[in-house]
Amino acid sequence: MEKNTSCFFSNSSPNLVITCFVAFITIILVRFLYVIYRTGKPLNKRTPQQTLSTLIVLGSGGHTAEMINLLLVLQKDRFTPRFYIAAATDNMSLQKARMFENSLADSGVKGISAEFMQIYRSREVGQSYVTSVWTTLVATAHALWLMIKIRPQVVLCNGPGTCIPLCVIAFIFKVVGIRWSSIFYVESIARVKRLSLSGLLLYKLQIADQFFVQWPQLQRKYPRAHYVGCLM
Amino acid sequence: MGEARDGVKVKRVVFVTVGTCFDALVKVADCQEVKDELYRRGYTDLLIQMGRGSYLPAKSTGDDGSLAVDYFTFSSSIADHLRSASLVISHVGSGSIFETLQLGKPLIVVVNEDLMDNHQSELAEELAERKHLYCSRPLTLHQTIASMDLNSLVPYTPGDATPVAKLINRFLGFPEES
Repeated sequence: MEKNTSCFFSNSSPNLVITCFVAFITIILVRFLYVIYRTGKPLNKRTPQQTLSTLIVLGSGGHTAEMINLLLVLQKDRFTPRFYIAAATDNMSLQKARMFENSLADSGVKGISAEFMQIYRSREVGQSYVTSVWTTLVATAHALWLMIKIRPQVVLCNGPGTCIPLCVIAFIFKVVGIRWSSIFYVESIARVKRLSLSGLLLYKLQIADQFFVQWPQLQRKYPRAHYVGCLM
Repeated sequence: MGEARDGVKVKRVVFVTVGTCFDALVKVADCQEVKDELYRRGYTDLLIQMGRGSYLPAKSTGDDGSLAVDYFTFSSSIADHLRSASLVISHVGSGSIFETLQLGKPLIVVVNEDLMDNHQSELAEELAERKHLYCSRPLTLHQTIASMDLNSLVPYTPGDATPVAKLINRFLGFPEES
C-alpha cells in the first residue's frame, strides 16, 4: 500500500509542480494585463474626506522646487501621510521639503504627517550608462525595501532617475496585489523638445497613470501626455 | 549715471548665480571686458554666487571708479539677492530662472557648454525666443551685455499648477471643488 502511494507521488509530483508553475504564471499574466488595462483609467468616485498616502520623489536641481510648487496647490488633508524620498547624495532636497512641511505647520495646517527618507541613487549626473545598470539594481533593492514600508496610494514624480525603481516597484505591487497606486509624472519645465530618460521610460512602458508635459512641442510628440502649460 | 542729487551713488547690482559649479561663467563675469561693459551701462556692484568652483574672483570696493566686486559660494536662498539685483546673470537652472522671471528682473542666462547632456539650452532658447530673457554662452556674454535692450524684454506671466492639481484630483475620484 505504502509502496503504491510513494509510487503515485513520485510519478505525479513533477506534473504537480509544473501545473502549479503554469497556474502561477497564468495568474501573474492575467494580473499584469489587468493592471495595464486599468492604468490611466480614472478611479471610482470617493468622498472628499478620504486620505491617500502619498510618495513624493524629489531630485536635485530644479526638480524639488518644481515639486514643491505643485504640492502648494494640492490639498494637504487629502494627500496624507506624505513620504518624501530623495537621493542619498542630494543634500538640499529633503531640507527644502522639511522647510515646506514646517511652513505648513506654521500657517496653521493641522494633522501634518510627513516622513523624509533617502535612497541610493540609480545614476549620478554624468555617470556612464554602462555602470548605471549595476547602481540601478542596488537602488532597486533599496527602493523595494522602502516601498514595502510605505506602500503608497499615490506616487508623484517629476524626473529624477530615483523615481524609476520606485515607479516600477509600484507597478509590480499593483500586479501582485500588495497595493494599488496611481502614478503621476510631471515632466520638468526644463524639458521643451525632448523628454528626460525617466519620462521616456515611464511614457513608453505606460507605467504612469497620467503624464503631464509643460510645453506644447512635447504634447505634439507624445500625444498620450496632458499639456498643462508652464507650472512655474 | 547712477548718482542721486546728494551725490550718493544709487546701487545697481548685477547678481551672477552659477548654481553648483560653473567656473567658465565666474571667470568671464570677473574679466575686465565684462566688468567694464557693466560699469559703462550704469551698474555699480557685481555679486557672484560661485558655488564650489575653483576660480576665485578678485574682490574690489569699487572706490576707484570701477565695479565693486564681491562673491560667495552658496546660500540657502538666493531670493534676497535676486530681489535686490538690477540685472541677473544666471546658469540655466530652472529654479533660478523662474524665481528671477517671477520677480520681474532682467535676466541673461548663460549656457554651460561643458555639460554632457545639454538639454538645458532647450529651455534657455525657448524662453529667449519668447523674449523673456537673453541667452548667451560664456564667450559671448560681453557682446550680449553690450547689445542688450532690457526694455524689449517681455514680462513673464507666472505659471499655475492648479490645472494639474484638478486633473490629479479628478483622476483619483475626488469631487470637483465648488
